[in-house]
Amino acid sequence: MKLMGYRRSNGKVGVRNHVLILSSIVCANHVADHIFRQVAGTVSVTHQHGCAQVGSDFEQTFRTLVGFAAHPNVYGTVVVGLGCEQMEAERVAEAARQAGHENIEVVIIQQEGGTLKAIAKGAQIARELVGRASQVSREEINFEDIIFSTECGGSDACSGISGNPALGYCSDKIVDQGGTVILAETTELIGAEHLLAERSVDDTVRQRVFQVINRMEQSILDMGVDLRGAQPSPGNMQGGITTIEEKSLGCVHKGGHRALQEIIDYAHQPTKKGLVWMDTPGHDIEQLTGMVAGGSQIVVFTTGRGTPTGSPIAPVIKVATNTFTYKNMRDNMDLNAGTIVTGDETIEEVGERLFVEVCDVISGKLTQSEILGHHEFGINRIGPTC
Amino acid sequence: MKHRAIVMSREDNVATALEDLVANCAVGVRDGAELKATILKEEIPFGHKFATETILRGTSVIKYGQVIGAATQDIQAGAHAHVHNVESLRGRGDKQ
Repeated sequence: MKLMGYRRSNGKVGVRNHVLILSSIVCANHVADHIFRQVAGTVSVTHQHGCAQVGSDFEQTFRTLVGFAAHPNVYGTVVVGLGCEQMEAERVAEAARQAGHENIEVVIIQQEGGTLKAIAKGAQIARELVGRASQVSREEINFEDIIFSTECGGSDACSGISGNPALGYCSDKIVDQGGTVILAETTELIGAEHLLAERSVDDTVRQRVFQVINRMEQSILDMGVDLRGAQPSPGNMQGGITTIEEKSLGCVHKGGHRALQEIIDYAHQPTKKGLVWMDTPGHDIEQLTGMVAGGSQIVVFTTGRGTPTGSPIAPVIKVATNTFTYKNMRDNMDLNAGTIVTGDETIEEVGERLFVEVCDVISGKLTQSEILGHHEFGINRIGPTC
Repeated sequence: MKHRAIVMSREDNVATALEDLVANCAVGVRDGAELKATILKEEIPFGHKFATETILRGTSVIKYGQVIGAATQDIQAGAHAHVHNVESLRGRGDKQ
């Protein structure tokens, strides 16, 4: 099946052509949102971070923002800063330019002389970017250009029976065609790590599997609490999931059956093709944001209880794991895998349907989360606010 | 008999209900290619698990052919296996 996307000058490939209004600091959120509202064809990313952060926590937030500014799904970005913040807008923009991304512009509220002037300046720049973006055409691309992300959230007992095995089938197909597949949510791999260790490409990756899981589990042990309640969540338990081990053993199916090539940190770009594990929390939006910041252009998200979420810059395909949820939240769902539960379709049949959907969405078909304007964004913080 | 519950792997000692199941009835359980009947001791909601054999207190609960936790009391065949009688063995900071 022919795939169509946007080839960028740095060799990366986008499946969307957004103009992004990105605030570098919480104080610039209002201005960024007003630019977005004024100029049709833009998306905005706002957040509560950008100041009073130190060390690896600051670096992780910085890396995430740069990953969005320089994302191949983005034609151009306006970084909006205040002027006195730690997360300097110009530094974010410069790192995005260093990544080879063209069309990175900056608006600084203190330099422009206040809210109204900054909105006007940003809207002028965004207006021009949207006009130019509209003249770029799709070209033929292939799966070697794609970093495909997997996610599950609001899981139920069907996630491990239908949605995740079907997604795993699709992941294998993408790996076999030369693509990269990200498996993430480290918390939700506790109890399934031995299966990934067995599939690791070498001893270094195998050891890292246990290190990453141990670090996550130790942080819970250090708090002196039972993980149950957060993992599995109350909704997971209502859906029939009893323990984190059971949840993880259902989750791990998403990554299919191919060898694990590497483990990367949050919001880092994969350096290998094939199956890659990104070390993220299980929190849906922090995970989603980390994978997209790592350069992933498209996400498949399975859900048992039903979740509406999407990314500001990447299409997120929702797969219901059971037919009740597919019907109950029909406007949020792209595909029903519940037919596996009822015995009407096999894992392979739904996996094939999902693969065709992924190809269509890469080439421009809109997902329900895009149509409904779901633009969730959340950065995983790993340090104190100072 | 149509199967209304599924066993994920041969080694499992629990099955997952594929629809809401009522007590005191025999349900078809798909175990690989085979179809077995289990008499349920209680109501099992959709997606929830029941024991397919007696699971003794302190022993492993197996699903997907893997350990998903331990029984905190004896669980009779056909009884609901969930948070009230199965505990997680991982992430237990409360037991440190």
